[in-house]
Amino acid sequence: MPIRSLKSAGRWLLAILLFAAGVWAQRSGVIEDFIYYLPDVRYLAVQHLFLTAVSGSLAIVIAVPLGIVLSRPSMARFAESLMQVLNVGTTIPTLAVLALSMSFLGIGTTPAIFGLTVATLLPITRNTYVGLKGVSPALMEAAAGLGMSPAQRLFRVELPNALYVIFAGIRTALAINVGTVPLAFLIGAGGLGELIFTGIDLYDTVMMLAGAIPTALLAVIVDALVAVVAFLVVPRGVNPSRA
Amino acid sequence: MIRLDNLTKVFDTPKGAVVAADHINMEVPRGEICILLGPSGCGKTTTLKMINRIVRATSGKVFLDGEDTTGMNTQDLRRNIGYVIQQIGLFPNMTIEENITVVPRLLGWDRAAYKKRARELMDMIAMDAEAFLKRYPSELSGGQQQRIGVARALAADPPVMLMDEPFGAIDPINRAVIQDEFLKMQAELKKTILFVSHDIDEAIKMGDRIAIFREGKLVQYSAPDDLLSAPRNGFVESFLGEDRALKRLNLVKVREVFSDEMGAVKPDDTLETALARIDDFGYQNAILMVNDHGEPAGMITRSVARTTRGYCRDHYQTAPPVAQLDDDLRKVASLMFANDTTWLPCVDAQGRVCGHITQRAMTHHLGSRYRSRPEDSAPLRSQPETKE
Repeated sequence: MPIRSLKSAGRWLLAILLFAAGVWAQRSGVIEDFIYYLPDVRYLAVQHLFLTAVSGSLAIVIAVPLGIVLSRPSMARFAESLMQVLNVGTTIPTLAVLALSMSFLGIGTTPAIFGLTVATLLPITRNTYVGLKGVSPALMEAAAGLGMSPAQRLFRVELPNALYVIFAGIRTALAINVGTVPLAFLIGAGGLGELIFTGIDLYDTVMMLAGAIPTALLAVIVDALVAVVAFLVVPRGVNPSRA
Repeated sequence: MIRLDNLTKVFDTPKGAVVAADHINMEVPRGEICILLGPSGCGKTTTLKMINRIVRATSGKVFLDGEDTTGMNTQDLRRNIGYVIQQIGLFPNMTIEENITVVPRLLGWDRAAYKKRARELMDMIAMDAEAFLKRYPSELSGGQQQRIGVARALAADPPVMLMDEPFGAIDPINRAVIQDEFLKMQAELKKTILFVSHDIDEAIKMGDRIAIFREGKLVQYSAPDDLLSAPRNGFVESFLGEDRALKRLNLVKVREVFSDEMGAVKPDDTLETALARIDDFGYQNAILMVNDHGEPAGMITRSVARTTRGYCRDHYQTAPPVAQLDDDLRKVASLMFANDTTWLPCVDAQGRVCGHITQRAMTHHLGSRYRSRPEDSAPLRSQPETKE
C-alpha cells in the first residue's frame, strides 16, 4: 500500500514503534514482571474503583441538591458568597484534605472516602449552580406563565436544560477522583496507590508502572463511561453532542 | 371579559419609588384584540404581566369574565390564560409535541387527548404535524418557533390570551404573514386578547381597540379608526405620527367607500353610445367596457370615441387594474398612484364589475371624520365607570 499522506505515514511509524516496544519488552522480561503483578493489580483496581464509586456517588448525591438549593431565588443573597467559600475550599490540596480527615477519623477507608468526597464535591456543585443559573430567563418566564409550579419548573425545565453542564461537572469531578484515589493509600485505604508508592520507595519501575498505567486507564474509562451516560440522559434538544 | 380595576404597580428602586402603572382602568370585551401601545417604559408590559401575576400588582384588581382573580391560585389562573412572549421561550429540551402539550399535560389530560390536540393545533397554525411534532425547537426557524409558541398558548383552549410583543423578533416579511395567519385564526377562535406592541402599524392592523400608554398612565383607549381620526392630545398625536390619516387607509375597506352607480359599455355598443355615456355620467377621460360575464374588458377613451366610428370591441385600450371589495384603501391608493389614475373599477368576489371607487370619495370619507370631530370627545367607549 503506497503511503499517500503525512497522516498515514504517522500511522505506519506508530505501528513500527509499537512493534519495536513490544519486542524490547519481550526481550527485557518486562512483560513477565508485569504479569507477576497482575493478581495484585486486579485486587487493588477493585479496591480503587470501590473508593471512587462510593466517594463519587456520595459527592453527586450531596453536590447536586446543594447546587439546586443555592440556585433558588430565595438563596440569591447567600449563594455567591457560599460559592466563594467552596472555591477557596478547592484550592486546598487533596493531600492536605486527606491528612486533615485522617487526623479526625483515623486511618482506613472511612477517612479516605470522606476526603475524596470533599475533594470531588466542588466541581459538581459549581456546575449544577452555574448550569441552573444559566437557564434563560425567557424560558423561566414562559414556564411560569404557562402555569408550572416551582417544582415543575425545576424538574421539567431547569434541570433538563442544565443537565449537560451538570454532567460536565460530574465528568471533571470523577476524573479528578480516580486520579486522586492513589493518595488514599497514604492513609491506609489501599487502591492502586499501593503499587505506585511502594514502587517509588523501592525504586522498582515496573511495580510503579503496574500501579500507574491501570490508574490512567481507569481514569480514561470512567471519563468515557460518564460521557456515554450524559449522551444518553441529556435530552436531544439540549445536547450539543447529538445536535 | 377582561376588566382592570385601578391596577397599580410601584417598583421600589434605590432612587425611590417608580410608578410603572398608575391606576389603570380598562375593559376588553369578549372576543376582541386590545393592543397596549406606547413607547418603552410606558407601563404597557407591566400592565399585561400583572394580569397573570408574572408581575405582582401593588394594588388594584383584575376581573376575568366578571370574576375577581385576586383570590385565585396563581397556577390555576395562569393555566387558564394563554401566554406568548417575544423571546418565544420554547423549551429546548422538549420536542415540538411536548412543547405544545405542556399545559394540557399540566392539567392532567390523558395521553390520547393531548396527542390529538397536538395535531389539531398543528393544523390550526398550518404546519405539517408529521414533519414537525418530533423535532426540537432548535431545528425550526424563528417564524416557525413563534407559530409553535402561539399554538402552545392555545393548547388548552384558554378564553384569554396575553401576548407580549409576540411578533417583535420576527423579520418583517414573516411578521406580516404570521399576523395575517393569526387574524384568520382569531376570526374563528374569538379569544379575548391583550397584546403589547410598540409598533403603531401592527396595532392598527391587529387591534379591535388600542390603549395608548404614557409614563404609567392610560392616555387613550379607543378603536383604531377613532384613535387615528381623533387623537386625544398632543402626545397621542405625535406618537401616531404625522401620516396618521394615511394609516387610516389600512382600516377602511373598498366596500365602505365605493359607489355602485357606474356607467359602462359592452363590446357590441358603438363608439357613439360610448361617447354619450361618457357625457351622461360626466366622466372626464374614459369609460369602462365590460364583457358578457360582467368582467372588465377594456377602456374606451373620450378622444377615441369622439374621433372614430365603429364598435367598442375594435377600439378599446387595456382594462385598468381593479379593486376588490375587501381590499383596504391603502392598496387602492397605491394602485391609483402607480397607474396615474383617479378612479378604479371595483369587482366582487366573482370578478364582476360592481361599481367604482374614486380618489375624491376616499379623501371625502377620511376627511369627514376629522371635520365632524367634536372638541376632545373621542369616543372612549370602555371606561369602566360608564359601562357595566
